Amino acid sequence: MKVRIFVTYKQSVFDPQGETIKDAIHALGHQGVTGVTVGKFFDVTFAPETADVEAAVQAIADQLLVNFNMETYTYQVMEEK
Amino acid sequence: MRLAVIVFPGSNCDLDLYEALHTVCGADVEYVSHKATSLAGFDGVMIPGGFSYGDYLRAGAIARFAPVMKEVIRLAKAGAPVFGTCNGFQILTEAGLLPGALKKNDSQRFVCKTVALEVVNNQTRFTHQYTAHERINLPIAHADGSFYADQATLDQLEANGQVVFRYAEENPNGSLNNIAGITNAAGNVLGMMPHPERAVEAILGNTDGLRLFKSLLTPAAAD
Amino acid sequence: MKQAMTPEEIKAQKPYLDWSLSEREYNYIAEELLGRLPNYTETGLYSAMWSEHCSYKKSKPVLRLFPNKNARVLQGPGEGAGVVDIDDGQAVVFKAESHNHPSTVEPYQGAATGVGGILRDIFSMGARPIASLDSLHFGELDNPTMKMKVQDTVKGIGDYGNCMGIPTIAGETTFDPCYSGNLLVNAMSVGLMDQKHLQKGTANGIGNAVMYVGAKTGRDGIHGATFASADFSDENATQRSAVQVGDPFMEKLLMEACLELIEQHADWLVGIQDMGAAGIVSSSAEMASEGQAGMELNLDLVPQREPNMSAYEIMLSESQERMLLCVVKGHEADVQAIFKNYDLEAVVIGRITAGHDYVLHHDGQEVCHIPVSTLTDDVLEEASEEREPARLKAAKQAPAWVPGIKDAGATLRQLLAQSTIADKSVFFEQYDSMVRTSTVVGPGSDAGVLRVRGTRKGLAMTTDGNGRFVYLDPEIGGKMALTEAAANLIATGAEPLAITDCLNYGDPTDPEIFWELHHSVMGMAEACRVFDTPVISGNVSLYNENNGQAIHPTPMVGMVGLIKNLDRVIPMAAQHAGDAVYLLGQTGDDFAGSELQKLLTGDIAGALADFDLQATRDNFHRLLAEMQAGHIASAHDLAEGGLGVGLAEILFKTELGVNLTLTLTKDQFFAETAGRMIVTVPVEHTAAFEAALGTAVTKVGEVTNSHWLQVRLADGQVNENVQALQTIWEEAIPCQLKSKD
Repeated sequence: MKVRIFVTYKQSVFDPQGETIKDAIHALGHQGVTGVTVGKFFDVTFAPETADVEAAVQAIADQLLVNFNMETYTYQVMEEK
Repeated sequence: MRLAVIVFPGSNCDLDLYEALHTVCGADVEYVSHKATSLAGFDGVMIPGGFSYGDYLRAGAIARFAPVMKEVIRLAKAGAPVFGTCNGFQILTEAGLLPGALKKNDSQRFVCKTVALEVVNNQTRFTHQYTAHERINLPIAHADGSFYADQATLDQLEANGQVVFRYAEENPNGSLNNIAGITNAAGNVLGMMPHPERAVEAILGNTDGLRLFKSLLTPAAAD
Repeated sequence: MKQAMTPEEIKAQKPYLDWSLSEREYNYIAEELLGRLPNYTETGLYSAMWSEHCSYKKSKPVLRLFPNKNARVLQGPGEGAGVVDIDDGQAVVFKAESHNHPSTVEPYQGAATGVGGILRDIFSMGARPIASLDSLHFGELDNPTMKMKVQDTVKGIGDYGNCMGIPTIAGETTFDPCYSGNLLVNAMSVGLMDQKHLQKGTANGIGNAVMYVGAKTGRDGIHGATFASADFSDENATQRSAVQVGDPFMEKLLMEACLELIEQHADWLVGIQDMGAAGIVSSSAEMASEGQAGMELNLDLVPQREPNMSAYEIMLSESQERMLLCVVKGHEADVQAIFKNYDLEAVVIGRITAGHDYVLHHDGQEVCHIPVSTLTDDVLEEASEEREPARLKAAKQAPAWVPGIKDAGATLRQLLAQSTIADKSVFFEQYDSMVRTSTVVGPGSDAGVLRVRGTRKGLAMTTDGNGRFVYLDPEIGGKMALTEAAANLIATGAEPLAITDCLNYGDPTDPEIFWELHHSVMGMAEACRVFDTPVISGNVSLYNENNGQAIHPTPMVGMVGLIKNLDRVIPMAAQHAGDAVYLLGQTGDDFAGSELQKLLTGDIAGALADFDLQATRDNFHRLLAEMQAGHIASAHDLAEGGLGVGLAEILFKTELGVNLTLTLTKDQFFAETAGRMIVTVPVEHTAAFEAALGTAVTKVGEVTNSHWLQVRLADGQVNENVQALQTIWEEAIPCQLKSKD
């Protein structure tokens, strides 16, 4: 089972990378773009027998993948192939 | 006072910190591996700069799980002096020993230069040999040095005198309140992005960092 | 699928032509060396090992012109890096390497892995890297693509070196349209060691283990070596996928583990070598060849990142951060334990065998069985055709170009904004120049200077290459490149020791380009003899072309010098008001190839005037003696933009000015005559200084407190506020990078 975890800055935190990319998009002529948020994602693959995958995902995000001083996260369980 | 310089995989300012303490200041100091499970016999901890674990994930995020960090946290809670510069500062925030976090520089670039700082609080065990509001110059060298904390935390830091160093002219990374270095509420843990260990010898052109180590090694009468 | 083709199919279909092995070479291998048809794997190995990048088959006859020995040289070319004695049982180890082709394709990773590769060359010798330098040549900063390439290159160099904790302390960055389609990214590394730790890339002792350490092998960079030996065109853009990705964290661990092994357990180790170009095959074959040993490897044991790799792919992969060791039988587990402590894998992949054969097994089959020397020693050297470029003959007959400057102050302001002259701090501030706390002089000066910890010694280092002069006259340009490097070191108070080089040229099968290579090396070699700076390492990068358009011939000189007393490091900047200002060397009408010519005409043309190397060298050494006597306040080598720009540079970031009277014309104020320096001398030492230097120096005025650059010339004057000049100089490149063009 595969879970994709997305980590981004909290909305209140200034994201200079996103701003720079937004400027570049405007330079390409896409003036309709009003915001860009940069983040990262982690594809975490669990053994099929893992019990309570969602609890594990939350623990992993809380303890390691996310710095709650500035970041937040969402995740989605990917379709099995 | 016996000090431990912690060496993580990817630390690269460990030599600089060791030499500043040992060769320049004559301190009793030893390298300690990240795998060590005891810091018994040490009176203080020095966490060097560098790229622990390649700065993969986030600067300092993986180092905090190293075996030695349990002991660092134990000593910090017991009131022993704990100092982190650059990646050391990042590790201390990730480990929860200092509030806030270090974001990527606003410029999106690594920056290495000498910057002007104000010694905001000279009443700490790390800064008592500086004068109040003294201007000093120290080198910086980092890509993730933009200090961030929420407003309540910032207010608290300012009110408690936990802001120890502030960028005095140019803010090189976008740090909130121009913060360059902070202590914990108890004052025994100091984290700072600038590198005082790079400014302790006249041959290298700058000795403004020397008094930080001298402060640490010769506690003021009030301590 | 063990072999993609049978030997007969290879003979018939000639796939080796795509791998840059010629039919003549293939036939020679089959008929003369093996007496049979090589199989698919073997053909691939030959094509990589016989590439110019690995074998120097075209450039070798020219490289023999270089001197490579003197009393201080402990190791010359042929090993990972050259080694020079710096007294007290210590040695300095250095080498430069080009990564032009990978950086042109993917500037960030190309530059990063260029740094990583050269660092491995240094620590494979047993030395700890203490400094990095670079020499970067880009197209003009007038289009978004080049701006991005420049920033990516700089970030790549910074990210790798910063993470490794090796300071980048000096370098050069120039801009010219000739590099737009083919960047030059040359990286140099300098290491320090105790001579007793010196290692070699060798393997011998029957039964000894061949051990693989570091990162796993993937399909990245296959045929990088042959890729570097063919030119770029838009058609083969799809072939431009062979770029390696660097992992500086892995390399930091690898470096610490290798140095621990070398410094503490040298008796377990027979030899060690970086897996650079052509990966496992070049490192293993070169080690066996050096040790005159046979070697048998089982490729199934090679740690692999991807499934189903063929023998050919495993052997030719240029995955980064890997080293090959030859370990004394019985100590395999000891070596593994050291690497394990750094969380690194160390795997026995083969053994040293009796005889001289190179044997590979893969998937239970023998896939290669050839004499080792056929890979390394039997390469057919290629005689190249050469012809003096037509432009050189024409230039010698054409009348000399005369600048005819009206307002020298205005010209100075314009020159300071030329990207090759302007302040580069926007780039070098992205490099950690201070880590390891030994940097006495960092980037932005004539040369970088490091102290040797625990001694009174210092090491000065510089990289210099000016393709424009070499383009106009390869031989004189070659001499100038050496002279410029020597001047940069002397200006800091260092005595030049030796050089490394990267010889960057176009397609050598063009007779005019081969002539450029040959004649520039002649000039460099002559200057190496005069300055007693042998060539101890280096590399050759050919086929630097894009769509048939070659770069200027650009030999890069990386020179290292020794400072015997750190108290006598000479700064570049003027020091005190009242000091006398001297010009060392004579100034001529040297405008061909100058920044002034490029500024005023948009191009370069003309013939270069020859200059007296021996007199230049003697002047430099008399100046050095005065520096060591403590008589000199500051010294600065004059290069791009001539005396005008040099004077501005010694006043930047000070509060001082100069007041000078010169017999030079406004034009000559910007001439780029080689072998000159601007020197400031405290008044109490001027008599001794003048007695020592005699007619080599001319007193031109004094340092003032005014922060103005005031110069009376034969036909005009310059009166410029230094702060205003500095602002122009500092803002030029940031401004170009930001503009939306």
